[in-house]
Formats: sequence, C-alpha cells, structure tokens
Amino acid sequence: MNNVFVYCEINEDGNVVDVSLELLSKGRKLADELGVKLEGIFIGDNLSKVEEQVFPYGVDVMHIASSKKLFPYLTLPHNAIVTHIFKEEQPEIALFGATTIGRDLAPRIASTLKCGLTADCTSLEIGDHTENRTKKEYKNLLYQIRPAFGGNIIATIINPDTRPQMATVREGVMKLEPAKKMSKPITKLVDIDNILNDDHFAVSIIERHIEAKKVNLRGSQIIVAGGYGVGSRENFDLLYELADAIGGEVAATRAAVDAGFIESDRQVGQTGVTVRPKLYIAFGISGAVQHRAGMDQSATIISVNTDPKAPINAIADYTIVGEISTVVPKMIEYYKKHSK
Amino acid sequence: MGLKIVVLAKQVPDTRNVGKDAMKADGTVNRGALPAIFNPEDLNALEMALHIKDLRPDTEVTILTMGPPRAAEIIREAIYRGADNGFLITDRKFAGSDTLATSYAISMAVKKVNPDMVIAGRQAIDGDTAQVGPQVAEKLDWPQVTYAEEVLFLNDDKIGIKRRLENGVESVESTFPTLITVHSSAPACRARNAKRVMTYKHARTFTELQEEVRDYTELYDQRPYLSICEWNVETIEADPEHLGLSGSPTKVKKIDNVVLQQKDSMVLTDSNQDVELLMANLISGHIIG
Ligand SMILES: Cc1cc2nc3c(=O)[nH]c(=O)nc-3n(C[C@H](O)[C@H](O)[C@H](O)COP(=O)(O)OP(=O)(O)OC[C@H]3O[C@@H](n4cnc5c(N)ncnc54)[C@H](O)[C@@H]3O)c2cc1C
Ligand SMILES: Nc1ncnc2c1ncn2[C@@H]1O[C@H](COP(=O)(O)O)[C@@H](O)[C@H]1O
Repeated sequence: MNNVFVYCEINEDGNVVDVSLELLSKGRKLADELGVKLEGIFIGDNLSKVEEQVFPYGVDVMHIASSKKLFPYLTLPHNAIVTHIFKEEQPEIALFGATTIGRDLAPRIASTLKCGLTADCTSLEIGDHTENRTKKEYKNLLYQIRPAFGGNIIATIINPDTRPQMATVREGVMKLEPAKKMSKPITKLVDIDNILNDDHFAVSIIERHIEAKKVNLRGSQIIVAGGYGVGSRENFDLLYELADAIGGEVAATRAAVDAGFIESDRQVGQTGVTVRPKLYIAFGISGAVQHRAGMDQSATIISVNTDPKAPINAIADYTIVGEISTVVPKMIEYYKKHSK
Repeated sequence: MGLKIVVLAKQVPDTRNVGKDAMKADGTVNRGALPAIFNPEDLNALEMALHIKDLRPDTEVTILTMGPPRAAEIIREAIYRGADNGFLITDRKFAGSDTLATSYAISMAVKKVNPDMVIAGRQAIDGDTAQVGPQVAEKLDWPQVTYAEEVLFLNDDKIGIKRRLENGVESVESTFPTLITVHSSAPACRARNAKRVMTYKHARTFTELQEEVRDYTELYDQRPYLSICEWNVETIEADPEHLGLSGSPTKVKKIDNVVLQQKDSMVLTDSNQDVELLMANLISGHIIG
C-alpha cells in the first residue's frame, strides 16, 4: 500500500501553520495503522526552518519545492507541483488544511487527478467496505466523516476506487501530538523548472495585508463563552471581567456574533474555531449542534442558562439554572476571595 | 468592449432554518419540508457580474444552473434582478453527482456558452464544500480567483480582484478567460427591478410550459426572450459515464444522527451557596486557580 501525504502550509514567517502540524500528527497515526510512510509536501520560498519544526511529528519523507516564485501562494503553480508529485508517488491518502489555501487548492488537485475529496472532515478513520450491489470488498479505506446539511446529520464518505483519498480538515479539529518515534526525514527536492511554465502565472499578486491573529482561543485552557442569552454588548463586559479574573479568553456563539455583541474571530463552532480547553463555561448558550461541534471535547463544561431544558445542559458537567447577571458577579467575588 | 459572463447559481434547501419538522422520525432530513432558495453566495456572484455590466453596459450576463426543473425559479429571479438570460441544465442522468461530476457537467455547458469569465459563489449551503468553482476552472483549464470581495479594475485583458482571506486581504490580477468565486463579504445583490419583473414574469422553460393550462405558443412566438433555455446531457455533449453515480468517486457510506454524549450533570441553582459550591469544586480540582 502507498503512503499518506500532507500538504504543509508555510506562513509569512516561514513557519509551518498549526493545522498542518495537526494533520501530520493525524497522518502519522493513519500511516502507522496502515503500515506505510508519512510524507510532507513543502512549497514556498523561505523553508530553512521547516525540517526542525516538523521533526517531532515523525515525517519520513519531505518533498521540498523552494523558489521566490512560490511564495505567496498561487493556485496554479502549487497545483502543478502537487499533482506532479502525486502522479509519481501515487499516494493512498492526501490531507490538506481546510484553510483559504487548502480549500482553493485541494478541489483543483482532485479535479486534475479525477479523484474524490471531502471538505471539512471532523474525523478520519480507517475501515472496510462492502459494495452493496457487487459485493466487492474493500479493505482499509479512509472514512471521511463530516457534518452535513447544516450540521444536522453526520455523513461518512468513502472513495472506494480512486486514489488518493483526499480530505480537508479545519484547524483545531485534530490533536497536535508528537510522534512516538522519530527519525531524520529523507529530503526530496522537486525539480520545479521542469514543472512550471508561464501559463501557471496567469494570476499574479498585486498587494497583500496579512494580520497576525489577535485572539488565540485555541491556546487558552479556560474559555468563558457567551450566547445570544447574554443580551447585549455591554453585558459581555461582565464575561470579560470574569475571564480576566480566572485567566481565560472570551468566546461566543454565532447568534451572539450575528447580533453584534462580539467580534466574529471569537466564534466557536462548525463555522468558527474548534476548541478543547480544560474548562468551558457557556453563558446563555442553547447548544445547537453547530456550536457543540466546536466545543464538546472540552474537559469540563459548565452551562449557565435560565432554561433547565437547554440542550447544552446534556453535555455539561455542571448546570446552573439561573440568570447570567446574578451568577457572574458571584463567581468573580468568590474567586477573588479564595484564590491564591 | 463588453464581456460575456456566466454566473453559476444553485437552488438549495434552506439549511440555515432546519426546524424540527424538517427532521423525519428516523433522523434523516426531509428535504421537501425546507424552502428552496437562491444559494446566498450565488447572489453575491450575480451582483459582481451586474456590477461589471454597469461598468461595461454591453456585457452579457447569463445564469447557468444545474438542477431539477423547478430550479428555473432562480433563473427568473436572476433575470428580475438584471441578468440577461439563463440556461437550466436538467437531466435524470445527473442524479447522484458529487462535486467532480457536477463540475464536469457544468464545464461542458460553459464551453457551449463560451464566455470570457465565469463567476460562481464560494460555496453552496447544502453541502458547504466550496469545490465546484475550482473544479469547473480546472475542467476548463482556466485560472481561478477564489473568495473575491471586490472588482478593483477591469481593462481589456485583465481584471483586478480583492480577495478575502482568513487572516487578511490580497489583491490579485488575472488574465482572461478566468473563473472567480465570490465570498459572502462582497456587496449584497441588488433588488428586483419592477419593470423587469413585469417583462419577464412569464419567462418559462419548455418543461414548465407543458404544465401550464393556457396555451402560450403564440405569446412565445412573439416574445422569444420569454423562453428559458433547457439543456440535457445530449445538448451539452457530456459523456454519461462521467456523470451521476458512475462519475462520482465519493460515495456516502452512511448517515448518522447527531447524538448527544449525555453526561451526568450536577444541577445547581443561582443561590450563593450553589455558586460557591461550584467554584470551590473548580478550585480544589485545579480546573481554575
Ligand atoms: C451551517 C450553519 C453553521 C453554523 N455555525 C455555527 C457556529 O460555528 N457556531 C455557532 O455558535 N453557531 C453556529 N450556527 C448557528 C447555530 O445553529 C445556533 O443558531 C447558534 O449557535 C445559537 O446561538 P445561541 O445558543 O447563542 O442562541 P440561542 O439559541 O438563541 O440561545 C440563547 C440561550 O440563552 C438562554 N438565556 C436567555 N436569557 C438568559 C439569561 N438572562 N440568563 C441565562 N440564560 C439565558 C436561553 O434559554 C437560550 O438557551 C450555525 C448554523 C448553521 C445553519
Ligand atoms: N448545480 C449547480 N448549478 C450551478 N452552479 C452550481 C451548482 N453546484 C454548485 N454550483 C456553483 O458552485 C459554487 C460552489 O458550490 P459547492 O462546491 O457545492 O459548495 C456555488 O456557489 C455555485 O456558484
């Protein structure tokens, strides 16, 4: 069986982005389960740091394409290089971040290679399949699992007959985990002069403004989240106060964002950030599937809601049936008195 | 010089408002219970095309949609808002198509229209895949500009586009022909034009006409602009092997309900005593503090 490949994104500072490291972590496990190698593809300009960065994740082979022309990312040259590598190496599985780059590139590659692609997977597993009609058996397929229909159902997608089996995954969905054993990867330099031509530069970049991420929800072990039930932008100040006191970040539901209570970069859920903190306190959040998808892996969940039947209570370790405006000041007061 | 633009638009079930009655007892979705709407980002795409037509009035904006016969509704909607004409690609042989088979069919139809530019929405809310745009571009062997937010400039051989990225913006220029996908942060689509609604309210596809009680033959002979073109697999000269289930590498193995991982929840009130108990638990468990 052939190998597992991960397309690794490189940011402005020459660092491999988090989602790519998470995919290498997942890719390592899939490769071990299948008894194959893990290979990474690195395309860009300033790639001096990447080998050291990916070392802990147990990459066996690194494909490196380095040139001034390859950063910032452009669809056609990156597509040409990746499809060239895939045609030679015939990967079994290929993973991409569900980022603006990954979701621009992966469909184009899948179309070039006429293979299947599943966007925004929330889980990837290895499993078998028997075709209903023909009774043909397939061993060790990639189960690409994702919410569908606005998050109301979960679909398991497979590509029985085409390779690679391709999937994109959002940042924060897979766990960042160093590999059990590592060895120095083999490096293969891609001969880009033989791959690229002028047609690949039909689109060119005039200008870019990239902002560093302001809030880092995923880096926070404590999250104080507010929903539509918080009621107003002013009331969110109370949550900021609590977060300040106990050392956490403030997050929100889409309903709160849509209502203008808070900025969209703090949204947790299927169309926001996925978090798995030690503590998630949900104030005035009903617990729609799309929200739970981004936080149900939190170690401890507290729900504060006036409605004892709010769906979020079912996944909470503690439920306080009550008013936000009553509960938050009491929490702050107790904490200030009793913490060291 | 005017441009020929094809806008790709899809009629989708309104998954943003899945109420309880839309879920069947066995946990599957009852598509029939959901209203069918113009995919939201395809309206942003239409607006971008109409904006280009404002800049270059001899531009022709054509709507192209693949779907069941009733999808002609969104072609009329687009014409009311300013599109010049539309094509409905409809055929039983398309059933079960994944994004690869869909983009193959759409690309064959686009080749027949032979435009300078295709503008699509970023993604359709029924699948949230955002794959059809880039895949149509690949099938046409055209460049692609995704997540477009604004047209920066337009000259005879290039278009400038501002793109919305997850962590910033980027301005690019593309040669023609080119395919653009439009992000929801782009300008909203203009409203219907009352005069156009009057002129085009009887615009129908052939299939729709057959279901009408009145005989409109004469009306359509006098006003050919009222017929919406309907194409099938033969018209777009597509290979049926590349369509439907046989042309789709992805298969749905199974569909599951979303099940709540029930936890044993400790239920408290908002009394001082209860809040203090909770906080004490958190501190002693080293969860905070
Ligand atoms: C395709 C799609 C993607 C989506 N993606 C996301 C996503 O990424 N993230 C996300 O969050 N949502 C997402 N949504 C929206 C989601 O379906 C819900 O609409 C949203 O999560 C609801 O937010 P909420 O719980 O804040 O609001 P509501 O459902 O309105 O709940 C408010 C809660 O506050 C409680 N409450 C009211 N007043 C008080 C008070 N004074 N004290 C205490 N409690 C009070 C109420 O009892 C209620 O439970 C998505 C939807 C779709 C269709
Ligand atoms: N059946 C279709 N008919 C016309 N356009 C489509 C169709 N399916 C997808 N598109 C276009 O491709 C975009 C992305 O769709 P998707 O890949 O399904 O998220 C949509 O916003 C439409 O512009």
